[in-house]
Amino acid sequence: MDLQIVLLLGQDGLTSGAIYALLALSIVLVFSITRVLMVPQGEFVTFGAMAMAGMQAGKPAVLTWLLLGLAVLRALAALPAVWRTRRPPARGVWGMLVYAVALWIVMKSLPLQSLPMVVQGLLTLALIVPMGPLLYDICFKPIASAHALVLLIVSIALHGVLVGLSLLMFGAEGARSEPFSEGGLELGPVMFKAQTLWVIVLSLVLIVGLFVFFNRTLYGKALRATAVNRLGAELMGISPTFAGQASFALAAFIGALSGILIAPLTTLYFDSGFLISLKGFVGAVTGGLMSYPVAALGATGVGLVESFSTFWASDYKEVIVFTLILPFLLWRSLTTRHSEEEA
Amino acid sequence: MSALPTSTVRSEPAMTPSSSRIRYAVPAALAIALVAAVPVLPSFYVTLLNNIGLAALVVLGLVLLTGVAGMTSFGQAAFVGIGGYTTAWLASNTELPSWLQWAGGSPLAALLLGVLLTLAVAGVLGLITLRLSGHYLPLGTIAWGIALYYLFGTFQSLGGYTGLSNLPALKLAGFTLDKGEEIFYLIWALVLASAWAARNLLDSRSGRAIRALNGGQAMAASMGVNVFRAKLTAFLLAALLSCLSGWLYVYTQRFVSPTPFSINAGIDYLFMALIGGAGQLWGAIVGAAVFVLAKNGLEDILPKIFGSTGNYEAIVFGVLIVLLMHRAPGGIAGWVHSRWGGRGARRVVPDAPALPRNTMPARGAAVLKVRGLTRRFGGLVANKDISFDLHAGEVLAVIGPNGAGKSTLFNQLSCCDTPSAGQIEFRGRSVVGWNARHIAAAGLARTFQHVKLLPRMSVLENVAIGAHLRGRQGLLRSVLRLDRSEESRLLAEAKRQLERVGLGAFLHTEAGSLSLGQQRLVEIARALCADPCVLLLDEPAAGLRHGEKLALAALLGKLREEGMAVLLVEHDMDFVMNLVDRVVVVVFGEKIVEGLPEVVQADPRVLEAYLGVAE
Repeated sequence: MDLQIVLLLGQDGLTSGAIYALLALSIVLVFSITRVLMVPQGEFVTFGAMAMAGMQAGKPAVLTWLLLGLAVLRALAALPAVWRTRRPPARGVWGMLVYAVALWIVMKSLPLQSLPMVVQGLLTLALIVPMGPLLYDICFKPIASAHALVLLIVSIALHGVLVGLSLLMFGAEGARSEPFSEGGLELGPVMFKAQTLWVIVLSLVLIVGLFVFFNRTLYGKALRATAVNRLGAELMGISPTFAGQASFALAAFIGALSGILIAPLTTLYFDSGFLISLKGFVGAVTGGLMSYPVAALGATGVGLVESFSTFWASDYKEVIVFTLILPFLLWRSLTTRHSEEEA
Repeated sequence: MSALPTSTVRSEPAMTPSSSRIRYAVPAALAIALVAAVPVLPSFYVTLLNNIGLAALVVLGLVLLTGVAGMTSFGQAAFVGIGGYTTAWLASNTELPSWLQWAGGSPLAALLLGVLLTLAVAGVLGLITLRLSGHYLPLGTIAWGIALYYLFGTFQSLGGYTGLSNLPALKLAGFTLDKGEEIFYLIWALVLASAWAARNLLDSRSGRAIRALNGGQAMAASMGVNVFRAKLTAFLLAALLSCLSGWLYVYTQRFVSPTPFSINAGIDYLFMALIGGAGQLWGAIVGAAVFVLAKNGLEDILPKIFGSTGNYEAIVFGVLIVLLMHRAPGGIAGWVHSRWGGRGARRVVPDAPALPRNTMPARGAAVLKVRGLTRRFGGLVANKDISFDLHAGEVLAVIGPNGAGKSTLFNQLSCCDTPSAGQIEFRGRSVVGWNARHIAAAGLARTFQHVKLLPRMSVLENVAIGAHLRGRQGLLRSVLRLDRSEESRLLAEAKRQLERVGLGAFLHTEAGSLSLGQQRLVEIARALCADPCVLLLDEPAAGLRHGEKLALAALLGKLREEGMAVLLVEHDMDFVMNLVDRVVVVVFGEKIVEGLPEVVQADPRVLEAYLGVAE
């Protein structure tokens, strides 16, 4: 193994590590605010990648149907309450329906295939991000105060539904999108692919952006307050429903963006997102599902370990990556004095 | 004996013999009909029944783990895989290493090795996740389930992703079970035997320790339960049942590949438990049956609707589970239970000889000495330099406005929390840093301000948890029902304590259906069941009616006569001042006064704390 291979593997590792880090941050974020372990995080990645690849291949944007379906479903779910209280539903319910229909018309009428890649990316985000809050409203809002175990089970069930729908929408074939730009950057003995640089740079921008959002803006601080103490935040006028929706929107955003970023690098299938997001989970666990920096570092480590084990023991790549969680758990178990009480 | 008035509360419904007979008659008739029908059923249906049985074994373990112990695992399919692959490898490999020669071709040896391997793996996984909060076990099992799936697929000696085929039939005691109709009997005999063993377990001292986990770990530990061991036991038992299912699977299918042991299969098992209802053992069989049958039907119907083949039943089951969690988290069994009532009449608690009692400390001896106790939570000082003594044969009240740090004090005294500084001496020994379980064993029992009972469990069994440390019978003897004489002594003790607090008429009522005041009395009975010499009562009179308060005061007076040291936190001043010997007043975490009730009542500092003063 010479320096060139090390650099090459390191480059690969950092690329996937950056994606895992983004997902790990999103998992920690959703967990600390809503207590939901975001198992369906990976499906947003799949959706993002598939939407990009689909547009570029000139396929119809089937995800618009999913968005429309979810918006209708939430409106229907709001009907019994409207009937009971004789009061109109929250403005967002109708707003989202209008938005979904409008987006459906836009996607139908635009020549998606020939649009610039930036516009394709923005349309993909416009399509997927609203699914986050919609899913929160439909699946988690009614049971927001339930036992953590119930939330986890619903999360797993939602993952199953989305993977099934993903197969239905995209079929079993893999898809890959075009790279953002050709060429690369030559640094010493090694050539950095342009897409790799895009991934690393955009991930860093996003991480810094999240940091600024949570530390400098009122909404960010409100979300953090909810994460620290839900009841206390509610008493300060921060709606837990809003916090839940916002965290799911962020999760959908981060997931879709990750999908857009990696779609040119690797062929993704309808169920690829799950394994990718689970590696984000391994990273999140290293941070105890609490610490953002440790989670990001851990996830980057997962990417590197994965990349180097491809070289040494490629058959055992997944085994090694997922067994990696055990030493971290052991370490946490040894350093945690009391067994914590269930939330 | 003081009897508390219990006039207004509905008494438990009388369970007639006929209704309990129907309860058993229906499943028994079904079982007999099935067994009789197997020889003439088309083999397709026999295969379905076998699959239901195989799944039911795994789901039974999940019911113990999820419904009873309040933990969960997505990795049960991986344990099925360990059992299955061990068996398949030993049965198919002609070149076993010399130290394994003895096990080649022997089904029972394969089962033994599979079980040992499963216990080792589950043990390691449990050791590193069960001390952590509840999220780490499911996450750990997901990661581990995926890792094992890839491992099965990678090993060439295990046939890679194509698997091992043409495995031999099961030969046991001279019989060869090479048809589905034959192995059917073995599968279902093992399902029923496991369900019987699980039922025995839940109805015993060891089982109550596991059930107590669902009532909060602080409660279980304060009753002397080794929380970690109880969790590990439940996890190992669930893994064991999965391994057994894997062993049977290999001899039923005569083929293994990694797919049935993947993480998706692990999720399916959990869904079966939830659909059937994780709160009841029979929910496991119902859940497995509904899931296997529905999956079979959907696999036929859905491709016709969607026009292509695919794993579409996952969509239906996913939606079903979300709806179930929203509308009926108890599953089918929970729904039946809430509609048609509890588990039926329990046998009469026999009059068993009383349990041996601990020697009480000498009257007037200082059993609890607190010196300079301080507890900080970050910048907040909840207790600051508190000192007092508690003597045998004395009732001492700690009073103070809300937020004064009384419950924090209680938690430290019962070793549920560790002081930041200061000393606690219990009968001459420093107990700082002890586990709640150890101080319970030393003779301190407590109740909780927010009642911690298991609402779906009978009052009698709830109280019997308190007697945990007065029994010795372990898991194996409980499962085999060899623990009955001790068990009846424990239950008789629980009954005695319930009669003592005036709840003798509610032995078999679900604890959750009692009024709050009565639930507090159940907690006191549970604490008394531990045969303590120090009793910590956190707001025992809150929610009690006037008559009940008088009776409680009489009971505490009697305990004082017997030499018990009682420390209580209480807001009801009439109750406190007429009962207790001394009062400690805590304000903003500091002790301001200690003394006789009438002295404390007249103290200007106390008046200021409670009423404020005119400047």
